[in-house]
Amino acid sequence: MSSIVKQDQILLKGIPASPGIAIGPVFLYRKQAPQIQEKTISPAEADQEVERLNEAMARSQKELRKILEFAQSKLGDQQARIFEAQLMILEDDVLLQSILRRVREELKNVEFVVENEIGKYHRMMLAAQDEYTRERAHDVEDVKNRILRNLQQEKLVSRLDGSYIIASHSLAAADTLIFSRNDVLGYAMEVGGVTSHSALLARALKIPMVVGLRDITTRLQHGDVMIVDGHNGMVIINPTDESIDEYEKRRERYREFQQRLQVLRDLPAETLDGRRIQLAANIELEEELDSLHLRGGDGIGLFRSETLLLGKEVFPSEDEQYEQYKRLVDAVYPKPVIIRTFDIGGDKMMVHAGKENNPFLGWRGIRVMLAKEELFLDQLRAILRASSRKNVMMMFPMVSHIKEVREAKALVEVAKRDLREHNIPYDEEIKIGIMVEVPSAAVIADDLAREVSFLSIGTNDLIQYLLAVDRTNDIVSDLYQEFHPAVIRFLRRIIERGRSKNVWVGMCGEMAGDPLATVLLVGLGLDEFSVVPSVLPEIKKIIRSIRYEEAKNVAHHVLSLQTEDEIKGYLKEYMREKFPEIPIE
Amino acid sequence: MIEREVTIKNRAGLHTRPAATLVKLAAKFKSDFFIAKDGFEINGKSIIGVMTLAAEQGSKLRLRFSGEDEEEMAKAIVDLFERGFDEK
Repeated sequence: MSSIVKQDQILLKGIPASPGIAIGPVFLYRKQAPQIQEKTISPAEADQEVERLNEAMARSQKELRKILEFAQSKLGDQQARIFEAQLMILEDDVLLQSILRRVREELKNVEFVVENEIGKYHRMMLAAQDEYTRERAHDVEDVKNRILRNLQQEKLVSRLDGSYIIASHSLAAADTLIFSRNDVLGYAMEVGGVTSHSALLARALKIPMVVGLRDITTRLQHGDVMIVDGHNGMVIINPTDESIDEYEKRRERYREFQQRLQVLRDLPAETLDGRRIQLAANIELEEELDSLHLRGGDGIGLFRSETLLLGKEVFPSEDEQYEQYKRLVDAVYPKPVIIRTFDIGGDKMMVHAGKENNPFLGWRGIRVMLAKEELFLDQLRAILRASSRKNVMMMFPMVSHIKEVREAKALVEVAKRDLREHNIPYDEEIKIGIMVEVPSAAVIADDLAREVSFLSIGTNDLIQYLLAVDRTNDIVSDLYQEFHPAVIRFLRRIIERGRSKNVWVGMCGEMAGDPLATVLLVGLGLDEFSVVPSVLPEIKKIIRSIRYEEAKNVAHHVLSLQTEDEIKGYLKEYMREKFPEIPIE
Repeated sequence: MIEREVTIKNRAGLHTRPAATLVKLAAKFKSDFFIAKDGFEINGKSIIGVMTLAAEQGSKLRLRFSGEDEEEMAKAIVDLFERGFDEK
């Protein structure tokens, strides 16, 4: 092939999972199950097979201990537990002995016996009724593949030389961790959500990541050059020199911009004409607290308490939860923290229940917790105990009926009474709010507002429910539109209804962190933004550069437009003129 | 040989941590120990086997002990089930 022929660059759109820009060669990570052949061996060879297994087991244990140690130091004991379970399986003597016995008795090669023996357990676990056991089946499979790989003396693929962008179908938590020990520039993955374990890790480790890139691994070869744009959720394969230039400049601009934004850190998020906006951060991992301080947010607008459940087999006890909330709350004091009670179900961790045909319209959020009263009370007491310094608020997810708010509030009173009886301090005036993420809640926002102190709009789910679009469904995902006129009118309605009842209205969905939406949201009267820490400075900069009166005019104009294209076109034009230095997609 | 029937009492069922506690205790005895549930049986000294049981709260298990210290072993293991693996 002539070297003059230059391949066209390929641009793929995915979902941004961790911000930043990476440019570099690709390491194609294919997680293929090792190919195993069944071979008959002679009795004399059996000893060699046993010896090979012992060596492979020792190497596998050594690897896993390293991963475990690394996970403990990076993520804490809690989340490292997945690897502890894997290590226990490796150390299962009964399992080892039965493999050895079968090698000697059946005279088969050890790879075949390992595959067959551990595979048996794997299949049984996959067939289990409960989600938890099915999840553990992956651990068993990981262990099996690790042993097989070591039997075949394959080097750990994660020992890369040089800096790479990892492209893969998916990454298990262990993979993300091993890769992060090397100089990983970025991640491009076919599947995986923004809230997946590996996306959380990528953000904690500050490595750009784009997910949802469908068939990317079939379009790539080892060593291809690629650009990962973790801001806009885009990758470019075999970029032209012009694209590389452009993205290097963007990366540099972004760095400079971030530095310049540091000066904004201690300044309030206030418009030129004096409207003070609360600009808080969504926090999932304790590691992210540093960036909150560095970037100058007004506290935590959303702490997703279900991250406490990651890698856990039981619901954490009241005391365990209290310890964690307390650490978070103390780290941010005197700024406020809004703790959202467990939002489980939907796509997130399930408490034992049968399969639901339509989990997003099923048993999730407050619906689950009201049915699990004891668990809910544990959590409410833990949150209340953490509130003794008066910088805690709590919020309920997935509210769709006013009755749910009333029942949840009644349980808060029960929890308070329990604490009073034991003379345990808490904030008697703790503020309670709800997420508005179901259209019915938006419609009755004024009634709901009478029951609570604040409303926080969860745009991701609200938009899905309002537009009847599952944004993870490729066929219709382009109908998921943040700037659909119905969405904007709905937002106006919620904000007006809430404010008319004198409660403040915030937003903790992705839209709050989209710079293109900032002026519009300020103009609609939003009181609080809660955003991923990485975009805090940009959003603050925009808020500090506009007048509230002007933002209202922008919102007014947007409300008169009829399509998302018109709305985005108008806002982009406005932003380009006013903030040329802010990267807008 | 001794046979006993037990019911899982703790909320989380026989998940990883209780399974580890059970296997560790079983390792202290010399006798063989098997657990049967829904018609299949696993070695109670094997963590991967116990994990495979997927025994939730309320599940009934049949325990079988045989060996020189089967009496003491049965007593200790049944007691651990009774205490709900010392978990909440």
